[in-house]
Amino acid sequence: MANQLISEMGLPKSIANVFAARNIRTAKDALSLTEFDLMELVDMGLTEVTSVLVHISERVSPPHQTARSLLQQRIQNEQLAGHLPTGLKGLDEALFGGIPFGVITELVGPAGIGKTQFCLKLSLLASLPTRHGGLDAQVIYIDVESKFSSKRLIEIGAQSFPEIFHMSGMAQEMAGRILVLRPASLAEFTESLQQIKILLLERRVKLLVIDSMAALTSGELEHGASKINPLGWHISFLKSVAELSRIPIVVTNQVKSQSSDEAWRYNFQEPLGVLCAVGTRRQDLEDTSKYDSHLIAALGIHWAHAVTIRLILETISGERFIKVAKSPMSPALAFPFSITSSGISLLNDDGIEVVGQEISTIHCHGHSEIIHSDTLQFHRQ
Amino acid sequence: MEVGRLPISAALKGKLVSAGYTSLSLLSSLSPSHLARDLNISENEALDILKHAPHDGQVDTSSVHHIINGAQTAWDMLHEEELLTRITTSSVDIDNILGGGISCRDVTEIGGVPGIGKTQLGIQLAVNVQLPIHCGGLGGKAIYIDTEGSFMVERVLQIAEACSNDMSATNTVSQDVHAGKVGMQPRDFLENILYFRVCSYTEQIALINYLDKFISEHRDVKIVIIDSITFHFRQDFDMALRTRLLGGMALKLMKLAKKFCLAVVLLNQVTTKYAEGSFQLTLALGDSWSHACTNRIILYWNGNERYAYIDKSPSLRSASAPYAVTAKGIRNSVSNCKRIKLM
Repeated sequence: MANQLISEMGLPKSIANVFAARNIRTAKDALSLTEFDLMELVDMGLTEVTSVLVHISERVSPPHQTARSLLQQRIQNEQLAGHLPTGLKGLDEALFGGIPFGVITELVGPAGIGKTQFCLKLSLLASLPTRHGGLDAQVIYIDVESKFSSKRLIEIGAQSFPEIFHMSGMAQEMAGRILVLRPASLAEFTESLQQIKILLLERRVKLLVIDSMAALTSGELEHGASKINPLGWHISFLKSVAELSRIPIVVTNQVKSQSSDEAWRYNFQEPLGVLCAVGTRRQDLEDTSKYDSHLIAALGIHWAHAVTIRLILETISGERFIKVAKSPMSPALAFPFSITSSGISLLNDDGIEVVGQEISTIHCHGHSEIIHSDTLQFHRQ
Repeated sequence: MEVGRLPISAALKGKLVSAGYTSLSLLSSLSPSHLARDLNISENEALDILKHAPHDGQVDTSSVHHIINGAQTAWDMLHEEELLTRITTSSVDIDNILGGGISCRDVTEIGGVPGIGKTQLGIQLAVNVQLPIHCGGLGGKAIYIDTEGSFMVERVLQIAEACSNDMSATNTVSQDVHAGKVGMQPRDFLENILYFRVCSYTEQIALINYLDKFISEHRDVKIVIIDSITFHFRQDFDMALRTRLLGGMALKLMKLAKKFCLAVVLLNQVTTKYAEGSFQLTLALGDSWSHACTNRIILYWNGNERYAYIDKSPSLRSASAPYAVTAKGIRNSVSNCKRIKLM
């Protein structure tokens, strides 16, 4: 609505003409100026300018609805009450049904932890017929890192849903619903996003997976504290697409080690200064060195604000966990999981409650155990 | 030049100046028809100019003895501030450091890292404002402006249910008084939250302009929550333009807060800032924005607990208090007994 033409807003003809003559054509043009700038430009008095602005503002303002009608709308219009079940019972319960429609869900974790596996499974689930708990729709899978494996996809399908995949032709049909895009650069990615917007809005596609978002910027974000976030546009675009089309968007994010000059942690203690003596900070730093490796999500805090649900996949002493790190509704829970031939499966459905900040840290032990045991064997030989 | 300050169009100003009317005192003793003839404009336009020109011609600072229109003595203000109503946050500790809750007639900014509970606090306030006065609310409605799309209506229902349960629990204790209007249903809470979804910064500016009219028609609105003020202003923006637009918005919001005696709560994100050789976290939108709000509360992690810290307030002491986000909404931190730190 921001680009609504001023000439179409039912203002008196004379006023509309003056605005057009000064090249103030859209609501955006007019509202980006202060009242005094406008007075100068269109040569009108303050009262007139204010009343014109009030008029334009009223036209451009989005309509309101009560939270109650919003809720009713959701309940009526959406299959599965607006969630795509992940098939992992405990996680689905924690997320009130699964991956929610209309928002961005993020998977963060170190390499090889199972992010792609999770995405493959979700793609399959979305393509399944409704009677098997799927969305019976197409899926767009943007494979930035070239990790998508169709062989593995079929394997997961055959293992998890044998009754469907053993029917002749079904494997082909299910896999045929998953469209894989492989953009080579950020520019190409941008282009394909714009193309698929229509598809998404037509609601033929009901799941969008981007694996991974971080890989897109890895080549371009290196030069220091660059002011402009190269993904700024993409973030708001994805959010609005998710919401307008009411589909779930699942995005993976890599991790990076925290470098020493970025020694802040997500706890807001540093800028407050007063709150914590220098000692606390030192302690923090020591803590950092105690971890096998201290990791943070690769895309920065701007991105972290934009995702509605963040799931962290991590390993603690050899065991894999999936944690609900950010969610507007869910309690802070961690679930141990393992990767099997049928994809990700939870080892227990109850979850472990996590206190405080622990929920948003990412653990990953190095390969010391393997390498260590290898050398032991070497000695024995 | 004094006429430069008149709220009239540039062309009229030009005509005034070229006809020699450079100071306002020259306009004071003129009749509209005289001015119209001098400037070669219509009598209506002339009348308009004269309406804006001050009547006694004495606009110098020497007239401070007169009671200036719109001014208020500090004594009156004190009296008014004592009557100020506040909206509870549902965490007694946070209410304590805030002097009872989020205050009306003020703009309060709340910022913090992702996942700390900004949206939660916003939703909690939208529900709490509807509580009857004896429960710490204002019996009003809430406007929730969602710029991010992070408003989860299921979560609102959850918080509203908890709130309604709490109310009926207290009502059974003091049954005798409120037997007539027993508890609000969760659905009622949802009905009183007016939700706007804003998809661009233009819409955000437009909506804030329009709020004045909207609230005049919905007088029972007692809180406006913007979640978040930042989102649309973080995408590639010319910094000068951004500062100007944000400044204008902040002024309008303050006016709203005063005019309708309602609380304005702005949620803000954090960003990294490069200062003194290291990256630090700070609230987004830059330094000039940080002057725009009356109160600023920062939510942060301290060890394993969430804390709220009053970063800026003209009337409250700097203090921090722990809180918790539970299934019921914002509550007191469980492990806490007496840990409010005053600085």
